Amino acid sequence: MKENLYKYILGIADNSLILGQQLGALTGHGPSLETDIACTNISLDLFGQVRSYYQYAAKIKGEGATEDSIAFLRTERKYLNVLLVEQPDTDFAYTIGRQFLFDVYHFLFLNELQKSHDVTLSAIAKKSIKEVSYHQRFSSDWVKRLGDGTEESKLRMQNAISDLWTYTDELFHQTEADKAMVEEQIAVDVTTLKDKYYETVNAILTEATLEIPESKWFQKGGKKGIHTEYLGYILSDMQYMQRAYPNMEW
Amino acid sequence: MSEEQIKSLEKQFEARIARDEKIEPKDWMPEKYRKTHIRQISQHAHSEIVGMLPEGNWITRAPSLRRKVALLAKVQDEAGHGLYLYSACETLGISREELYEQLHTGKAKYSSIFNYPTVTWADMGAIGWLVDGAAIINQVPLCSTSYGPYARAMIRVCKEESFHQRQGFEIMLKLANGSPEQKDMAQDALNRWWWPSLMMLGPTDAESVHTEQSMKWKLKRKSNDDLRQQFIDQTVPQAELLGLTIPDEDLKWNEEKGCYDFGEIDWDEFWQVVKGHGPCNKKRMQDRVGAWEGGAWVRDAAMAYADKQQDKKEKQAV
Repeated sequence: MKENLYKYILGIADNSLILGQQLGALTGHGPSLETDIACTNISLDLFGQVRSYYQYAAKIKGEGATEDSIAFLRTERKYLNVLLVEQPDTDFAYTIGRQFLFDVYHFLFLNELQKSHDVTLSAIAKKSIKEVSYHQRFSSDWVKRLGDGTEESKLRMQNAISDLWTYTDELFHQTEADKAMVEEQIAVDVTTLKDKYYETVNAILTEATLEIPESKWFQKGGKKGIHTEYLGYILSDMQYMQRAYPNMEW
Repeated sequence: MSEEQIKSLEKQFEARIARDEKIEPKDWMPEKYRKTHIRQISQHAHSEIVGMLPEGNWITRAPSLRRKVALLAKVQDEAGHGLYLYSACETLGISREELYEQLHTGKAKYSSIFNYPTVTWADMGAIGWLVDGAAIINQVPLCSTSYGPYARAMIRVCKEESFHQRQGFEIMLKLANGSPEQKDMAQDALNRWWWPSLMMLGPTDAESVHTEQSMKWKLKRKSNDDLRQQFIDQTVPQAELLGLTIPDEDLKWNEEKGCYDFGEIDWDEFWQVVKGHGPCNKKRMQDRVGAWEGGAWVRDAAMAYADKQQDKKEKQAV
């Protein structure tokens, strides 16, 4: 098996899986019908991407692996998503903040992944980038609305951004598998995206009349499978059926 | 306007409906027509929105990625239906805020079926198969109802509902052909959802207060009892195909009448749930009111932001 490629794909797909799962949980509970529909739509896009990635990963893994065994039957330490996407929906500002800080990265990332020498990854990136361009517009617009809305919304949006900021740096870390895949011109060298990322994020925050957090203390670990305490609960929910009723088809 | 003029307008109005012409928002309409339509369309919209909750309950726990995506899409369709139906209702001169207010204070009703809990994955199958199945029977005739915006909304709603029903049946089929545990889960879901689905088609004709007038306005084209019979006759063979047993000992084919005879519906249970004392009435309203009140600051922010943007534009124009 191409171990590095497999891990590289999981590193990309797990972000979409966990973020999609979090947004899906909000369906029916949004602040308005329109935002509810939009968040469900983003969740659907992310799950669509997840399925393409995992179906590819399952082929690489062989041994009877399927998109579902990869999604549902790993233990917590085997999930390689960044910490940012597993952070909770404390309020709508956190949902938007998490989405925004991820979308800006996601767009830059897919833009580069389109050039991958791996044709499957390149094709998935080409399809997904259109969706993610919409996600980024949606979350950026809401950051501006909440940031430059009322006093209360500004405070909430600022708190969300300030709290989530600590998880942004990890987006640009590379694992050993990532480095090996960069060598083969399959992976995106995420270190090259960092400047553009903060430039884009900072411009939107400024437009939203929010302060750009100054903290240089960052958290990391997700890419190595060392997560925050939230992930275990997300997985318990997500894996419930597959764990309670093993080896069945649905 | 004199009483005579109103009577003449009413006569013309009824004649238009009798000729199958559509009534449009700007057309004159009797006040009772307007009110009845606001009541029915909003009740329908509320049912879509509250109906998102019992199914939304299983999004995070769907057993496969394929099922998760299908369920998300289904619940999103319901939100979309709510949106068009609220819009159709707004054309009758009431705002979405007022409609929500009626839902949240209990003044407006929504389909009682959504006050039952979804306790297993099989409930996602049973709801699609039975609840959407009963809804379609109720709704197909509305595609040709007299009020234009409602009729047009219903055409789209019905297309999507019939897709949902097939999807629900397919979930049941997979379970019914699965392991013994899966089959039990499917049978249990049928046992719990069967009677509430029959109740969903409304009280018996003798007790239904709105039927006569609604028939005249093509808001209703068949009586509740006829719709219920149609649903039973259509669903029994489907249950047989699944190899599941409908939980009614009195259910049997009546050769003479050419339809199924069925057992007594527990109307006490029906009225208990309609009056707000079902298993989940409180929870459903807590969730709706919670989302609305909890989201007030978000909606306020959006308004404030839009106002500021407008001011900026105006200043630039000067």
